[in-house]
Formats: sequence, C-alpha cells, structure tokens
Amino acid sequence: MMAAIILVCSVVFLLQFFVSYCRSLIAASVKHPLSAEVQDVTGIKTSASGEDFARVVQLLQLCPDRPEDRSGIQAIGAYFGLLGFVRSSVARLIPSVLAWTETERGQCTYFAAVTLERRIAFSRDMFAQQLET
Amino acid sequence: MAGAVLSELGRFRILSEYGFGSRQYQYFYFYSDAVLTIFLYFALIALYSHVFSEMKAERYVKMGALLLLGGTAAFTGAVVLQSSAKLVTHFVIELSQNLYFVGLVLTYVLWAAILKLRETRTRLIQLVLSLGVYFSLYAANYAIRNLYPPLSSVFVPLVQVFSLFLPLAWAYAFWRLPEEARLVPARLAVIPR
Repeated sequence: MMAAIILVCSVVFLLQFFVSYCRSLIAASVKHPLSAEVQDVTGIKTSASGEDFARVVQLLQLCPDRPEDRSGIQAIGAYFGLLGFVRSSVARLIPSVLAWTETERGQCTYFAAVTLERRIAFSRDMFAQQLET
Repeated sequence: MAGAVLSELGRFRILSEYGFGSRQYQYFYFYSDAVLTIFLYFALIALYSHVFSEMKAERYVKMGALLLLGGTAAFTGAVVLQSSAKLVTHFVIELSQNLYFVGLVLTYVLWAAILKLRETRTRLIQLVLSLGVYFSLYAANYAIRNLYPPLSSVFVPLVQVFSLFLPLAWAYAFWRLPEEARLVPARLAVIPR
C-alpha cells in the first residue's frame, strides 16, 4: 500500500518536474536569435513548427557532439515525445490542449535549432584550432 | 559530485576485483549509495538556504533538515527492527530508499517556494528542477521494485541510466547558463499561475 502511494506520488511529481525542467531549458534558449545561416539550413525564420523537429535533430546528428549539450537535447527529445503522446490522446478531446502542444512542439524545434547553431560554432572553432596546429 | 566520482571509482575497482554478483560489490554499492544520498540531501538543503537567504532563515532550515534526517533514520530503524535479521545492511538500504522519497517531497516544497517567492535565477531553478526529476526517478524505481519484485531485472539496470542524468543536467546548468541569467518561474509551471 505504502509503495503504491509512493509510486503514484513519484510519477505525478516526475511529470511536473520534467515538464518544468524542459520548459526552463527552452526558455533559456528562446531569446537566442538564430543566425541567417541556420535560418537558411533549417527553414526557421521567426517561429518554428513541431513538424520540423525530426529534420533539425537529423541536422544536429551530422555535427560533432558536445557533451554539455547532450542531456539538454535528450531531455527535449523525450519532452517532444511526451507532447506527441498528449497530442494524439488528451488533445483530441480538449482543443486548448492541442494548441498548447503545438506551441510547445514548435519551441522544442527552436531549442534544437539553437543547439545546432552552437554545434556549428563549436565545429568551426575546432577546425580553426586544427588549422593553427 | 566529488563524492559521486570517488564512489564510482571505488565501485569500479571492487567490480573488477570481485565481480558483479559478489557480496563485496553489493555491500559497497548499497553503503556508498546511502552516503551519497545523504550528501545529496545536504546539497538540497544548501539550495533551500540559497532560496531563503534573503529571509535570513538559513539557521532554521539547517535545524529542520537535521531533525528531518534524524526522524527519517529513526523511522527507518523502527521499521527494520520489526522485520530483519541483517539489521545494519537492511537499515542502510531502507534509509537510502526513504531519503529519496523525503528528498523528493522536500524538492517539491522548494519548487513551490520558488514559484511563490518569484525566484528568477535560471541556474538555481534548473538545479532544483533537475534534482526533482532525479529524486522522482529513483523514488518511482524503488517503489516499482517493492511492488513488483520480478520486475527488478528490468528496473535495477535503469538506475545506471538515471544516475547519469543529474551530473549531466548540473554540468549543463553550470557551464551553459550565465550566473546573471533570469527567467520567470511562473511560466514554467505545468498549471499556469
């Protein structure tokens, strides 16, 4: 009985913390303007769409990995999956939830685009360092 | 974090010397886990001190934390006394599990205080939220293993995956987020305030 109560509380708290954590990651990146180059590559000008997320993540995987970005992009990937689940279940019954999931999915894509920009800058720095040595 | 690194090195050494199924590895694993959980508990209390620093409430926070830790240990001891022959080992394992849940509840209270006090430091907010995710993953994992022991073969290895989350999330918070970064915490809440 006690273990069941702990399980239910943990899962409810986990969802709350996880969603808030992902939104804090997104909020930290949302003010970052995308360079013209990344806008051209991703097709994102001002606002992003959730439909582009998979494509931006594919572009991300083409760039050398940065350890400090890894947890962020994995967490946002999981959050995007959770939003997809909500969109195909609860959001069908409640239209306002559908609009909310669309906005959140778009912001996930924007986060991935900002991470892509950082990785491109990181790759450029590494390339410049190799040329110097 | 330094404690976690030392513990992992020790675990690796004992694992390579005695093997995964050995009693030495199991004892070392659970005892070091209990010590690390207590360290994490104090890290959480340090976050409380940061949030309540303007209210000059650090002394009360520390006293309350010590009382709660003592209370959790006493409760665990009372439960173990009724049911186990290997008192110390069982106590250490139970204490670790109970502290994960106490830590989770305390983190939730801290998150509520952050929302109420309109704390805006992005780094502090991310440290608290990632700690909440970490505690809830562990508490849920232990609860599932207690409810359905046959599922332990699936959920025990998951602990290794969960253990990566907190160092990575905190590394991100310290490396990527500038000290002066600010955000509005009410916008992060699942239920808008």
